[in-house]
Amino acid sequence: MTFAPSTAASPITALLDIRAVSKRFGPREVLTTLSLEIASGEFLTLLGESGSGKTTLLRLVAGFEQPTAGEIWMQGERLDKLPPYKRRVNTVFQHYALFPHLNVSENVAYGLQAAGAAKPEIATRVKDALAMVRMEEYARAKSTKLSGGQQQRVALARALVNRPKLLLLDEPLSALDANLRKEMQSELKSLQREVGITFLFVTHDQEEAMALSDRIALLRNGTLEQVASPREIYARPATAYAAQFIGQTNLLRATVSSGVALCGGFSFPCSSADGPQLFSLRPESIALASGAPQFADGVRFSATIHQQIYSGATELLALQTANGTSLRARIAAGEPLCGPQDFIFSASEVIPVRE
Amino acid sequence: MYSRRYKLLVSVPPVLWVALFLLSPYALMFAHSLWSVSDGVIVHKWNLGNYATLFTNPVYLQVLFRTARIAASVTLLSVLLGFPLAYFLSFHTGPRKELLYQLVIVPLWVSYLVRGYAWKTILGSDGVLNAFLQYLHITREPLSALLYSPFAVVLMLTHIYTPFVFLPIYAALEHIPRPLVEASQDLGAPPSATFFRVILPLSLPGLLAGATFAFVLSLGDFLAPLLVGGHSGTMIANIVQSLFGAAYDWPLGAAISTLILVFTLAVLGLTQRVEKRWYFE
Repeated sequence: MTFAPSTAASPITALLDIRAVSKRFGPREVLTTLSLEIASGEFLTLLGESGSGKTTLLRLVAGFEQPTAGEIWMQGERLDKLPPYKRRVNTVFQHYALFPHLNVSENVAYGLQAAGAAKPEIATRVKDALAMVRMEEYARAKSTKLSGGQQQRVALARALVNRPKLLLLDEPLSALDANLRKEMQSELKSLQREVGITFLFVTHDQEEAMALSDRIALLRNGTLEQVASPREIYARPATAYAAQFIGQTNLLRATVSSGVALCGGFSFPCSSADGPQLFSLRPESIALASGAPQFADGVRFSATIHQQIYSGATELLALQTANGTSLRARIAAGEPLCGPQDFIFSASEVIPVRE
Repeated sequence: MYSRRYKLLVSVPPVLWVALFLLSPYALMFAHSLWSVSDGVIVHKWNLGNYATLFTNPVYLQVLFRTARIAASVTLLSVLLGFPLAYFLSFHTGPRKELLYQLVIVPLWVSYLVRGYAWKTILGSDGVLNAFLQYLHITREPLSALLYSPFAVVLMLTHIYTPFVFLPIYAALEHIPRPLVEASQDLGAPPSATFFRVILPLSLPGLLAGATFAFVLSLGDFLAPLLVGGHSGTMIANIVQSLFGAAYDWPLGAAISTLILVFTLAVLGLTQRVEKRWYFE
């Protein structure tokens, strides 16, 4: 059985409605009764490891694959029965897929020509689209002669010039080097605000997802693990997988009895039901007791520092408590530490998660 | 890197081969074309008489035109057969692709002569096709026009050269990245527009290479007209053969050969230039 994903404030106007969609390739089930709504104007990211089904879901929306079960609706119209060329959806492909026999402006004009737009209109819109991605001076260039970042921009212009209701982006930044990727991330984000088009973005890079998205839909083995805003999914992960995939975390296997969780050497108050319960505690939620502000619900413990990894502004400590629980703590960089130290965390930052 | 001596050493055999078996025969052929024959003896005196004969005697021109017409027909038919076949195989066969590909290629292993004789038994007066047509009472008498005609030559050459046309087209189609096809559909182009605006332009180099194969190979063919062409299906290579054989007019034969060679090189040069313009990556 699947659980209802914990969505942030239910979207007012759903642009895209994915209803209990399943997809099978032969004996392999890639998506299992997945439901997801995308609001108009939203930047939603499908995040997951390779093989989680994120690209398959994107291809179902684009129309390159047919769902085995379930329906996809867009603004009251059944989408999954339409061929790709009849959907008001455009895609930015992973390796851009620019037409090698056409130059930059011909590539951008392709969709408008297919739609039968008038010549003067095509000319103006192509010009505007190229201006939007700052590629006007390359209008006559061969698409194969461009750098990765430039091809990326042309691919964006080629898709956006058609004013789609929904833009699909299939790991569009993965082929770029690290610096360019960061630059394109912020460009993408401001572009999306500018044009107001709904973006459905696929990536396996959690940092990218956090930086760009209004909401993240975390996929795992063809089902949704959690759908929430980046802040919420980080602060309140619903599952152990979500907590581990997005950022780093400590998973505490505790036993709850009458409002108190007991785990290894320490106990803390919680509101979970009695019985075994898994908790997530972010490394940065643990602080040195000496320098930390006093929490009202502070939980103190002492641990030995095994390893101290310095990374500029912060450092990561590998800790071991007296009864053998291993923990990681991220603290502001300071003096080298050694031996047993006292640590503290706030009970309110220990989040109960499902397995 | 390799030393100069090594490079010289490895380049000697191919250079020798080309010089011995290509360049010198061509030079010899060209020299012959400027000589003449008198009383069964070759006169080693430079003159352009052979070329004059070639362009004034209507028989040679007629056969030359017929040869070009047959080669063009073979090219057109092989492309019309080969392209859809290659397209179907490349885009619409799924897991059976390999097997079907092998089936298309297998005829290439069968001897040219065997296939020629097969057409003889199919098209002949008491051949398979005539017997079948009479059995169905479509015709009363055997049709003699089937065999020994330009039609039979075109049929046989098309049969032989279609795989040659198929291969480069298939290779070109296989090289088209499939995301391009998806991108075209994604941008609102229905399948027909995707074919004409993406698939066809990107396969043109292959199509051109295949068409050149068919045209150039048919142009110089002499076995097909010999086997199934009859008198009305005679091609220029047959004339050359008889001039070098029974007629013993090597100079005129060499002149015709030179003309065909120049024509073929012109066709190859032209298609290569067009292909270069269409080369994308």
